[in-house]
Amino acid sequence: MTGIEVTGASRWYGNVVAVNDITMSIGPGVTGLLGPNGAGKTTLLHMMAGFLPPSRGAISIGGQATWRNPDMFLTVALVPDRDSVYAFLTGEEFVLATARLHKLPDPLAAARAAIEMVEMTAAQDRRISTYSKGMRQRIKVAAALVHDPQVVLLDEPFNGMDPRQRLQMMDLLHEQAGKGRVIVFSSHILEEVERLSGTIQVIVGGRLAASGDFRAIRRLMTNRPHVFVVRSSDDRSLGAALIGRQAVRAVELTQNGLQVQASDYGTFTRELAGLSRHHGISLTEVLPADESLESVFTYLLAS
Amino acid sequence: MSGLINGVIVRITLRATLSRRRAMLLALPAIILIGISALLTATAASSQVWPPEILGTFGFTVLLPLTALIIGTSVLGAEIEDGSIVHLLATPVRRYTVIFSKYVVATALTIAFAAIPEYLASAIATSPGSKLSIGLLVGAVAASFLYNALFIFFSATFRPGRALAFGLIYVVLWEGLLSNLVPGIALLSMGHYGLAIADAIAHDSALHAYLSTGTGIGMGLALAVLTIGLGINRLAAFTIKGDVA
Repeated sequence: MTGIEVTGASRWYGNVVAVNDITMSIGPGVTGLLGPNGAGKTTLLHMMAGFLPPSRGAISIGGQATWRNPDMFLTVALVPDRDSVYAFLTGEEFVLATARLHKLPDPLAAARAAIEMVEMTAAQDRRISTYSKGMRQRIKVAAALVHDPQVVLLDEPFNGMDPRQRLQMMDLLHEQAGKGRVIVFSSHILEEVERLSGTIQVIVGGRLAASGDFRAIRRLMTNRPHVFVVRSSDDRSLGAALIGRQAVRAVELTQNGLQVQASDYGTFTRELAGLSRHHGISLTEVLPADESLESVFTYLLAS
Repeated sequence: MSGLINGVIVRITLRATLSRRRAMLLALPAIILIGISALLTATAASSQVWPPEILGTFGFTVLLPLTALIIGTSVLGAEIEDGSIVHLLATPVRRYTVIFSKYVVATALTIAFAAIPEYLASAIATSPGSKLSIGLLVGAVAASFLYNALFIFFSATFRPGRALAFGLIYVVLWEGLLSNLVPGIALLSMGHYGLAIADAIAHDSALHAYLSTGTGIGMGLALAVLTIGLGINRLAAFTIKGDVA
């Protein structure tokens, strides 16, 4: 059983507490570490990968402490977030070198298979310095997967990827999880987890704020209350019509249009268009007023 | 599980170090040294004094340590600086294998860019195979091993910019200035260990070897083992510097 056990782990730098007493147990499947920038996700992930000792508490994989334990990389892989690879190597040389460092019996075959898996075969003979950010991410993932690890830790793997590449990567992670592997990734972009099936651990301010099934958390996210600024040809009439709807909690007439508090993001956005058409009001602007990540995570924390 | 030296690490390190324009820069001091020797030989024909003076002092306290400093802090430091070391350390490769592989590359390059030019210069100044030239070659090879042990320890211990800064302070102040002014300091000088070894073969008082050969070899070995050991220990405790300040 190669699960990740985090027991009362804290990490501080001087006076700054980056990770504050987190306990979690991560088993097979895809798990997303979700939280705003600076929440401590990366620090936690680095501790899991043995590149940082916890200031207090313990972190182990498969029952073995991760700090000062390079042997764990026989079954663990890390995809770091920094875009730093040996840029003077070609993609294939890089993955092959990693396969050799792992002392695989047939490094070339393993490297080719891993490159194929991330669909980089066409670009494998080009130097990594010529790659786009998304391509670098994928070649890093190929190098990480080359030794068939049981546990894969990915730090912000979707950074710099376009939506199509993101879906592709998500599929790849699910595929790996389907083989009974433990896949952990960090992300600060909520939309990235939309297609995720698995567990989410929300980290805010160094603490574990919420954890659970992705569906429950996704529902919370789409149903969260929202503030919109709406401008139309007749704000007062539109406001009157809106306040009659279930999905609207409050309406305020301001100089810059209507400020609408919706209790349900999804329903409100669906109903708004039909409502205005019905009343013969034309919408000139609909802006979400409070879209900061922090507000979303704060809301998640409160629920 | 694995040997001391890993071919993959050696090849990647060689490519990284030599593919940079640095290779040109590295060759420059050596070319200057050989050029000066040729020039002095052509003009001041039969002097017995300047070859050991220039090649001993300049070679062992300037050319060798500076070349070793640039190479020794880059073989490991460059990868730590840009973060690519993580790809290497996220494998089961022993940390001592990483250090020894880097050490071998750094020493070999220092020999190529400083010890061999030192021999060539002294061969031009005296004659190929002269006692002085052989002595300087052996001493310079030894010094290449010693300096790089220290500078690899620096890069495994300090942040990349600091490793270079501390190394420079050590080379310029300690080796270049103090060790030649205050004889006692020679006891803790990699360059003077090299000179002591060179003097064992060359037997030339103009080398200003303050230490006995036995002291040079003994102290040199002890410090090399100590710094390499500490370097391995520091690399085993390598932490990724996170986004949290």
